[in-house]
Amino acid sequence: MTTLTNPPAGHLAPGALPKTEAELRGAFLQEIERIPGGGRLNQCIQCGTCTATCPVSYAMDLTPRQVIGMFRAGAIGELLQSRTIWICASCYHCTLRCPAQIQITDLIYALKRIAIEEGIFPKRFPVHVMSETFTENVKKYGRNFEVGLLLRYFLRTRPLGLFRQRRAGWALLRHGRIRLRPDKIDNIEQLRKIIAKAETFDLPQEKVPKEKVTTTVGYESIGR
Amino acid sequence: MRYTYYPGCSLHATGIGYDKSMRAIFTKLGSELVELDDWNCCGATAYMSVQKTVAFAVTARNLALAEKTGDDVVAPCSACYYALKHTSEGLAENPELRAQVDASLEAGGLRAEFSVAVRHPLEVLLTDVGVDRLVAAQTHSLAEFRPACYYGCQIVRPFGAVAEDPELPMSMERLFTALGARPINYPPKVTCCGGMLVATFPEVANRLSKDLVDWAIEGEANCIVTVCPLCQSNLDMINVNGDHKGTSHQIPVLYFTQLIGLAIGCSPEEVGMQHGLVPMDAKAPPLAVSPGPMTVAGARGA
Repeated sequence: MTTLTNPPAGHLAPGALPKTEAELRGAFLQEIERIPGGGRLNQCIQCGTCTATCPVSYAMDLTPRQVIGMFRAGAIGELLQSRTIWICASCYHCTLRCPAQIQITDLIYALKRIAIEEGIFPKRFPVHVMSETFTENVKKYGRNFEVGLLLRYFLRTRPLGLFRQRRAGWALLRHGRIRLRPDKIDNIEQLRKIIAKAETFDLPQEKVPKEKVTTTVGYESIGR
Repeated sequence: MRYTYYPGCSLHATGIGYDKSMRAIFTKLGSELVELDDWNCCGATAYMSVQKTVAFAVTARNLALAEKTGDDVVAPCSACYYALKHTSEGLAENPELRAQVDASLEAGGLRAEFSVAVRHPLEVLLTDVGVDRLVAAQTHSLAEFRPACYYGCQIVRPFGAVAEDPELPMSMERLFTALGARPINYPPKVTCCGGMLVATFPEVANRLSKDLVDWAIEGEANCIVTVCPLCQSNLDMINVNGDHKGTSHQIPVLYFTQLIGLAIGCSPEEVGMQHGLVPMDAKAPPLAVSPGPMTVAGARGA
């Protein structure tokens, strides 16, 4: 591996990162440390198998290969603004085929969590609202209440979407596949206690200790 | 054999046909499914994208409850199967996360060793019951059925439920061929149906699901057989989607358990066929002569 000698100076030159970029990078590196095999990110050979495999890459603004490339180039800020991380259907096909065994799907989850924490959401594609409504549902009932979930999701994001779903909704209802009342678990207090305790582990983890922040980019620093 | 049954949220609503057929065939085959008492949502993929430790802890509660009997957990929904498996395997590899999940469970007065096995019914039926016993139990012919066997994502990857090629699983084809059906060649069998994108990016999910339906119709299948409630509802929804009404984009979408149920003598109502959005025309008539155990004299070519 060649080393970068005399990196060009300047704000955006390889080797130096703006402050926010450095913080995001730190958060991401800390996230991937917790993913089994997350460190294999530095094994990416940019072959594009992930992009060719991805069933939804046609609808992405950055392909999965580009996501890893941009991470290396030190452009996590831009990465978090992309629609790609929200459009991933978590089908794990890229992870299965990656010749370097990179856990691409789990990396995208990590980016999603950072984006939510940083409050960076894609315009017009309120995917995070779905996840949030889902988690509220679980806290409330202990189980996922499909009708309530979809109703609240559409009302919070695009009420017209509900109108477009009317045909499907009616067909499901007619075939006895819609439950109109939520199914609540008996020991909901126990579940809430477990969630409350687990949340205490999630929150501080997002705060990035400064010593973890690496300020260099390029092949030398990957995975550090 | 006795199993702990984890139906998951979908099987109580949109996937009700899966629930009915699971219970019907396990009863018929003499196995006991005991629904996990007071189970909660597995968290699916939605929780994982918001809070990681909570996602593991929510799933861990189910595993802790299941340990009271120690029976294998059978999770028919692919997302539940994945979440439960991911939790029990992921925690074994990551001691820090395990400690956090243990502390969370303790707040609710629970403890878990993560020792129970998490299994998908397809694998249970193929290994614990076996194709031979299913064929021996067959009472009705599946000769009219030409299924497109669709495996979807999360039971083939990242944790393969059945030990076989994750790019080209053949277990359902083998099973249904043995039961006398004629599965078609269905290349997109492990391609994503769009999953939850059906709510968040409907245009994208509809395109994926419609491709799967079209491929099955072009291959002259007369039904699609799925292993997951979300795959089933996404594909079934194409049937009622206004854009393709009146065209040939209509095909019944069944659960593999429904087809097995029909073969071993359950009535269509017992296995929940009435919940499909498109009626299944093919019938499963009783076999003329029950194919009893093969004897040496009766063996082929003897």
